[in-house]
Amino acid sequence: MVKDQDYLKKKASFCIDLAKKLGATDVTAVVGHSISETVNFRNRKLDESDRSDSLGVGLEIYIGKKKSGVTSSNLNEDNIKTLIERCIETTKITPEDEFNSLPDKDLLAIKTNDLNLYDDDHIENNEKIEYLNEAEEVALEKKEIINTETSFSESKSNFILASSDGFLNGYKSSSFSASCVAVAKNANNNMERDYEFTSSCHLHDMLRPNQIGSLAAKRTIQKLNPQKIESEKISIIFDRRISKGMLSVLASAISASSIARGTSFLKDKMNQEIFSTSINIYDKPDIVKGLGSRNFDSEGVKTKELKLVDQGVLKHYLVDTYYGKKLNLKSNGRSGGTSNLYFEKGSISYKNLLKLNQKTLYITETIGHGSNLVTGDYSVGATGFMVENGVFKYPVSEITIAGNFNDMFKNITLADDLEFKYSTNAPTMLIEGMVVAGK
Amino acid sequence: MTDFFNKTDLTRNDAEKIISETLNNCDDGELYLENSKSESIVLDDDKIKSSIYSSDLGYGLRAVTGEVVAYSHSNEISKNSLKQSADNLSSTLKSKKGIYNHELPKTNEKFYKNINPIEEKSLQSKLELLKEVNNYTRAKSGIVQQVTASFSGEHKSIEIIRSGGEVLTDVRPLIRFNVSVMLEKNGKKETGVYGIGGRQSYDEYLKDDNWKKVCDEAFRIASVNLESKPAPAGEMKVVLGPGWPAILIHEAIGHGLEGDFNRKKTSAFHNLMGQRVASEGVTIVDDGTLHNRRGSLTIDDEGTPTEKTVLIENGILKNFMQDRLNARLMNTRSTGSGRRESYKHVVLPRMRNTMMLNGKYSQEEMIKSVDKGIFAVSFGGGQVDITSGKFVFNCTEAYEIINGKIGAPIKGATLIGDGPSILKEVSLVGNNMMLDPGIGTCGKAGQGVPVGVAQPSILIDKMTVGGTQL
Repeated sequence: MVKDQDYLKKKASFCIDLAKKLGATDVTAVVGHSISETVNFRNRKLDESDRSDSLGVGLEIYIGKKKSGVTSSNLNEDNIKTLIERCIETTKITPEDEFNSLPDKDLLAIKTNDLNLYDDDHIENNEKIEYLNEAEEVALEKKEIINTETSFSESKSNFILASSDGFLNGYKSSSFSASCVAVAKNANNNMERDYEFTSSCHLHDMLRPNQIGSLAAKRTIQKLNPQKIESEKISIIFDRRISKGMLSVLASAISASSIARGTSFLKDKMNQEIFSTSINIYDKPDIVKGLGSRNFDSEGVKTKELKLVDQGVLKHYLVDTYYGKKLNLKSNGRSGGTSNLYFEKGSISYKNLLKLNQKTLYITETIGHGSNLVTGDYSVGATGFMVENGVFKYPVSEITIAGNFNDMFKNITLADDLEFKYSTNAPTMLIEGMVVAGK
Repeated sequence: MTDFFNKTDLTRNDAEKIISETLNNCDDGELYLENSKSESIVLDDDKIKSSIYSSDLGYGLRAVTGEVVAYSHSNEISKNSLKQSADNLSSTLKSKKGIYNHELPKTNEKFYKNINPIEEKSLQSKLELLKEVNNYTRAKSGIVQQVTASFSGEHKSIEIIRSGGEVLTDVRPLIRFNVSVMLEKNGKKETGVYGIGGRQSYDEYLKDDNWKKVCDEAFRIASVNLESKPAPAGEMKVVLGPGWPAILIHEAIGHGLEGDFNRKKTSAFHNLMGQRVASEGVTIVDDGTLHNRRGSLTIDDEGTPTEKTVLIENGILKNFMQDRLNARLMNTRSTGSGRRESYKHVVLPRMRNTMMLNGKYSQEEMIKSVDKGIFAVSFGGGQVDITSGKFVFNCTEAYEIINGKIGAPIKGATLIGDGPSILKEVSLVGNNMMLDPGIGTCGKAGQGVPVGVAQPSILIDKMTVGGTQL
């Protein structure tokens, strides 16, 4: 069983009291516990079972404007005492930083809503195995599929965030996820791999095993016999798996830390048009059962819905306490990043988006870390399909796609097929005028 | 050395008894105990931005029978907790029967000293040096806009207890020093990053003002990139510089030669053993025995001594990298490549220091032979799709080559290739092999482990460069 709130509160209060006693002027403590059980299955046989029991504490100790931190997985009181003593000594010799402080008290979350993030259901390993077996059975019905690997993971977590200002709050959450990876082979022994997965807070919201099994198989088989295409300027459609990545780039680029440090390609773009006027972007923390939902941020600051981009115009940075003070802005509860971040859906159907250009490259997967947030330059490896007049013609691989986010953001057309499958979500996305490098 | 049985109701005898009972009918497995201390000190934006010390303690109990691995880990080292883990393993493997393999090669040779790098240099002197790094780097030029410098250090003690009570221990120091510089000139911003590290004390790497070279190098890379023009797009010849660019080898070849993917037949290399996979003159080894290197280990995380494993010899595929599980199922021996990020993770076959050995050509000859192509000197990171064999890596310093001469620097671009065929495109291997500066971390199945790479300059006849200039 995951430890209850009382246990975690007791540990957090112990740390805070002790640190204060030993000379801290301010302290924050996070104590968390999680238990997860995972079963991996391969070619319809058990491959691995993994049980994880993880307890940890993280402390930030302030002496005036000096600050340092300590984390430990050993909650033995003797050990905690040694660590706090060490941390106090470290803090004393760390230089002052005028922006170091706890969050403003009036910004702290006072009441919290039940966002229904915890499901007490437990699924035994043999039931997990049944689920995985069915997913693989469905995938292996296709003769091209030569290998399947599936995984089912259940996790229960609980945490407490406490500060010497009196903040003391936390809550339980749960996560259930399953995935199916399939490998297909063609007549020349060339292989391709693809996957499908499902993830939710509640057991009963998971996709059925036959759904992930058949989708994984279908996607994998479609990728067989890929071609390399000529280098050219082309319109690119990003599948929903990839399109959400544009939002992750945006979130990094408008974080108060990147802005304050001057290392973002979106510095000085507040209240300017960075997307076309049809684009609206929200970060909504209070979605019931939402994969990114939260009652407060990692500093205890209350969070509310933000319309980050309104008709293409950047309206908010993602602000925490430290960089907020530096930028002279109030924290908007985004320490630790965004919650449920999404594009408002577009007005064109998926089918019509495919037909918008006579020839389009449809990307299903990218590899590499080719996003430069300082310059906005983007260049990654990609696989996908050539689409002509709205029809998928043949798979494409061993190519790269490149552009600059400043241009790409302004040339986005969104389909109307937004779904909430991740914590960050985007509809299928068309971007005109990118460069593909191939032959 | 950590005494894991101090301050707990679990005695060594209890632990040995639980281990032997649990693993009695299994093919393999062990109790892995770990006590790690780590620190991270970051200077950024003219200030000490964070100073964090972490202490992590825990165990992982593993039982292996046939192809099945049962694993349970916790940071509560107690009789109760270990018994619960043991029950969990036994229930997973209840219908399976194995014969425990007690055989394990031994070593007396150590590849790094038993030191705690965190305590060997005082916090005060680390803070002072970071300040000096900041001042030195900012004083280089008025166009320096941002400097980030960091120290990270780790001291990890591990103990492996096998069924029957056999005990193996290791103490692993690891440090890294990193500098990142952002320059701004005429409205254009670029960054440069450089770092050094390995399994010795901080001062071994920082002495004789060596830290200044790290600042100089980060500044130089950023300066070069300020002058860069858009990269070309399409297939062309590529000359790779020596040292760190060997992450190409790591991504393109290394991962595909790890035992698990080949046992599962999901690697593009699984049916190529004994066959030609590279041009003649290409020899690649994975070596865990280099003294004090970031990827080196005295014993791996199953207790097997590491070794120098020949992967490709003169173009012919010779060996995969193996842990005990995959070695047993493939009827071969462990190459000491069984690694895990921490007690929270299962063992997987992983790379250590992956190196392409010297050939006979000079870098100059390579560049002279290219009419149109690029010369790539440094990379950010890479990734591979094991099954299709396609891999990428990102240039952070590269130049165009025109008519046998190095030309203007080009913007960072992704290079993409096909693992099983790329080494056949290597037409010249240089004579200037270099180790990387000790900064690599390899990710696999959510686990990061420190690794090294090395290579001489090489000429690749055809690769796709992912720029924007058609």
